[in-house]
Amino acid sequence: MEKLLEVEHLTKVFTLGSLLSRIRIRAVDDVSFDIRPAEIFTLAGESGCGKTTIARIILGFEEPTSGTIIYSGKRGTKNEKVWFTENVQAIFQDPFGTFNPLRTVERYFFETVRNYRLARTRAEAIRLIDEKLRAVGLSYEELAGKYPNEFSGGQLQRISIARALLTDPKLLVADEPVSMVDASLRMSVVNLFKKLKDEMGVSVLYITHDLATAYYVGDRIAIMFRGNIVEMGPVEKVLMEPLHPYTRLLRESIPEADPSKRWGKRITLTETEYQEYLRVGCKFAGRCPDVMAICRNDMPGYVEVDGVLVRCHKYTGETAFGESA
Amino acid sequence: MNRTVLRAEQLQAFYILDMFGTRRVVKAVNGVTLEVRENEVYGIAGESGCGKTTLLRALYGAFDPPLRLIGGKVYYGIEGKEVDALSLTAEEKKRLRWEYISYVPQASMSVLNPVVKVKETYRDFLESHVRGKTRDEIFEMAKEHIAALGLPLTVLEAYPHQLSGGMRQRVTIALAALLKPRIIIADEPTTALDVVVQRGVIQLLKSIQENLGNTIILVTHDMGVQASIADRIGIMYAGKIIEEATVEEIFGNPLHPYTRYLINSLPRFGDKGMRESVPGSPPSLVNPPPGCAFHPRCPYAHSICQEQMPDFFEPVEQHKVACWRMGEG
Amino acid sequence: MRVLRDLFRDYRFVLSFCVLCLLLFLAFLTVFSPYDPTLWGVVPRDLKPSWKYLLGTSSKGQDVFWQATFAVRNSLIISVIAGVVSRVIAVIVGMVAGYKGGITDRILMFVSDSFLVIPLFLIIVMVAMLVRQMMNLVTLGLLLAIFGWAWDARLIRSQILSLREREFTQTAILSGTGTLPLVLKEYMPFAIPLVFSTLINNMSWAIGMEMTLAILGLVNMDIPTLGTMLQWAISYQAMLLGYWWWILTPVVLAILLFVALYWLSVSISEYLDPRTRLQRVGAQ
Repeated sequence: MEKLLEVEHLTKVFTLGSLLSRIRIRAVDDVSFDIRPAEIFTLAGESGCGKTTIARIILGFEEPTSGTIIYSGKRGTKNEKVWFTENVQAIFQDPFGTFNPLRTVERYFFETVRNYRLARTRAEAIRLIDEKLRAVGLSYEELAGKYPNEFSGGQLQRISIARALLTDPKLLVADEPVSMVDASLRMSVVNLFKKLKDEMGVSVLYITHDLATAYYVGDRIAIMFRGNIVEMGPVEKVLMEPLHPYTRLLRESIPEADPSKRWGKRITLTETEYQEYLRVGCKFAGRCPDVMAICRNDMPGYVEVDGVLVRCHKYTGETAFGESA
Repeated sequence: MNRTVLRAEQLQAFYILDMFGTRRVVKAVNGVTLEVRENEVYGIAGESGCGKTTLLRALYGAFDPPLRLIGGKVYYGIEGKEVDALSLTAEEKKRLRWEYISYVPQASMSVLNPVVKVKETYRDFLESHVRGKTRDEIFEMAKEHIAALGLPLTVLEAYPHQLSGGMRQRVTIALAALLKPRIIIADEPTTALDVVVQRGVIQLLKSIQENLGNTIILVTHDMGVQASIADRIGIMYAGKIIEEATVEEIFGNPLHPYTRYLINSLPRFGDKGMRESVPGSPPSLVNPPPGCAFHPRCPYAHSICQEQMPDFFEPVEQHKVACWRMGEG
Repeated sequence: MRVLRDLFRDYRFVLSFCVLCLLLFLAFLTVFSPYDPTLWGVVPRDLKPSWKYLLGTSSKGQDVFWQATFAVRNSLIISVIAGVVSRVIAVIVGMVAGYKGGITDRILMFVSDSFLVIPLFLIIVMVAMLVRQMMNLVTLGLLLAIFGWAWDARLIRSQILSLREREFTQTAILSGTGTLPLVLKEYMPFAIPLVFSTLINNMSWAIGMEMTLAILGLVNMDIPTLGTMLQWAISYQAMLLGYWWWILTPVVLAILLFVALYWLSVSISEYLDPRTRLQRVGAQ
């Protein structure tokens, strides 16, 4: 199947600290994945795992340290960027930050239309804008002359999606689109992604830490931990039968909207983020309940187990499961 | 049934803003009636902008301008007697705070003094409330408390900004529980925290509640968190509590149309079926709709819903709903 | 207009607006002046204020009232030129430095900081000494402008730096907006209050600077300005001789001008401050 977007061995290293003590953090460490047409691909993980950095690199706001991004067969490397913002659009986390609070919201629509030459007259532009707004459940009349603070968070996110749809993009990069939207309004935004995929064949790169909506709307999912993808596969398998210990921990920690399913075990939180980033070997070894000696020294490679890609020594076959450190 | 430790009756608190000659009144708490009991976790749930934070401040007695008390009553149940919380003097309020009722605000930084180490903040609290102990004894008390809650002792030696968000939150919660208050109020303690860290914070709250046998009032819009820790829940909408029941009843048998929409919109694992969010948009607190504030979005609205705000009906034992349909039986 | 109506609620704006209108009216009156302001001895000397000579006459034989109208007009012209030109420079430098960053930013800030640390006063004095005879209103205005932009360029640059990190910048980029339109359309509304309040402060500074230079005798003394008027009055010992009308006129006018400009700047920049503005936007 032809791939819409291929990310190959993407790495991004940040250097922090002063002249005397520099820490190099591999925010994105050898990440590879691909997105197919008309699919919702979820990139999930906690804060600081590198998912937002990946989004920024894909969108061109950040340069990778190494690795390539191939869009629809055309390469975009560090040195020769081939940028199709017509085909790749984005929506961001904070609906109120996405628009300039001192300008009316519709201005962005008209600017997009003008910059990409999507219409010849103002009337045509309004028609196009109205069409896209109706696709998200709003209309041009409701938008005209209003400032961002006159809308709710959920509405603004939908408006943001409408703006992104103006150029008929094939890929929508959605960076935490519902984390700042009320629980009661989240479905309206997330259902929209489903609709876009089903009716218009748009692919969505859905970046989130909310696994419940990831399960609801995603087709495939990649779980990230401290810059690495630790598990990747169809969402049903990865979230309902997690293989990697971290995925299991995440899955167990999600508070479910069901009082009969409360947490059983207690957890302890000990290591800091930096320490985990700087680990040699598997980065999760510090808290892994199934940790083995090899985990502390060697980074595991990817292994495919029943259609799911896992990066964990438990499944690499050389070490028998059950041998603890 | 347990004793009542806090009760609100038709509580009204508005923000009165005066700017460039125009006056805006935000009816953040608009007739709240609720009842919180001993030895339970009471959750207040609702969308952002429904007045939850203001309600907490009003229950705590923090009426700083532009927030003003307009009407209603708040009662604390102290040692079996009811005390009118709104008529306490500043001196009495100060004595009650942290010993009887403590407050964990939304941004975890504001309780810990950012320029001193955590242990200093703990010491200050203890010294101003506990008499007759030396500095060292006080420090030992702080250490015991931290250890008992499962937090590493190293946090005492750190500055607040050196701790991660989740750790700061837990340290603040531990501080709020230091003097063994009867009521702990927590405002969105887990928002902006990762899911694993969030679990640690919630489990900490739960273990504090179990150890002290006191009451925790928890405000969060995250219904998953409510399901995991609350015993009883009050659903808030447009400045009023519209439904109050046990957590099983709220999730298993939601009666108010808004609650039904809310519960049904939550995604669940194992079920990829279509879910709908609540239709329409949240109401303005400056101009709330007349009568029942939910009627513009309610598929069952009658004419009476547009005119009069319903009182609580109790169609099921211990399950209160403010909806005219419940009155019809 | 709603903007004016809101502004008029602030007493400071009302008072300063009235004072400025009065001064502008005075400046406008120069059109009707019966005397050429550069000529001496057109009226009897040292007369007290009377109905014929509203503010009396000076030792140079000039009508103080009509001199004052020219003085106000010219001072205003100098300060407007200085303020506007320096704003333009400050905005261009600040925006380019803030948005581009990197080497461009460093070079521009180096230049700007140089202007800040050089003792401006001495340089202005030197330059004024050299070109004294060629000095007219416009050149003086430009001279002051060249030394008035550095501080505000940095202010605007930091404003742009923080705006660059906000998400709506990314939205604009994804909408296909190029750099220049982006900076103008997205950032200007935030920068305008800064520009405006610094404009007025700069104008005040220019007037004060002009007066200082005049007292030092470094400007063309034939052109009537608040500064030169004051200087003539001082050099003719008007205070000692009791000709209070001659020396008080420029002093009082200058004070009125300073206070009015200050209050105007404060009330307008409070009004334009994005934080209070946001509360008003869409609140109707």
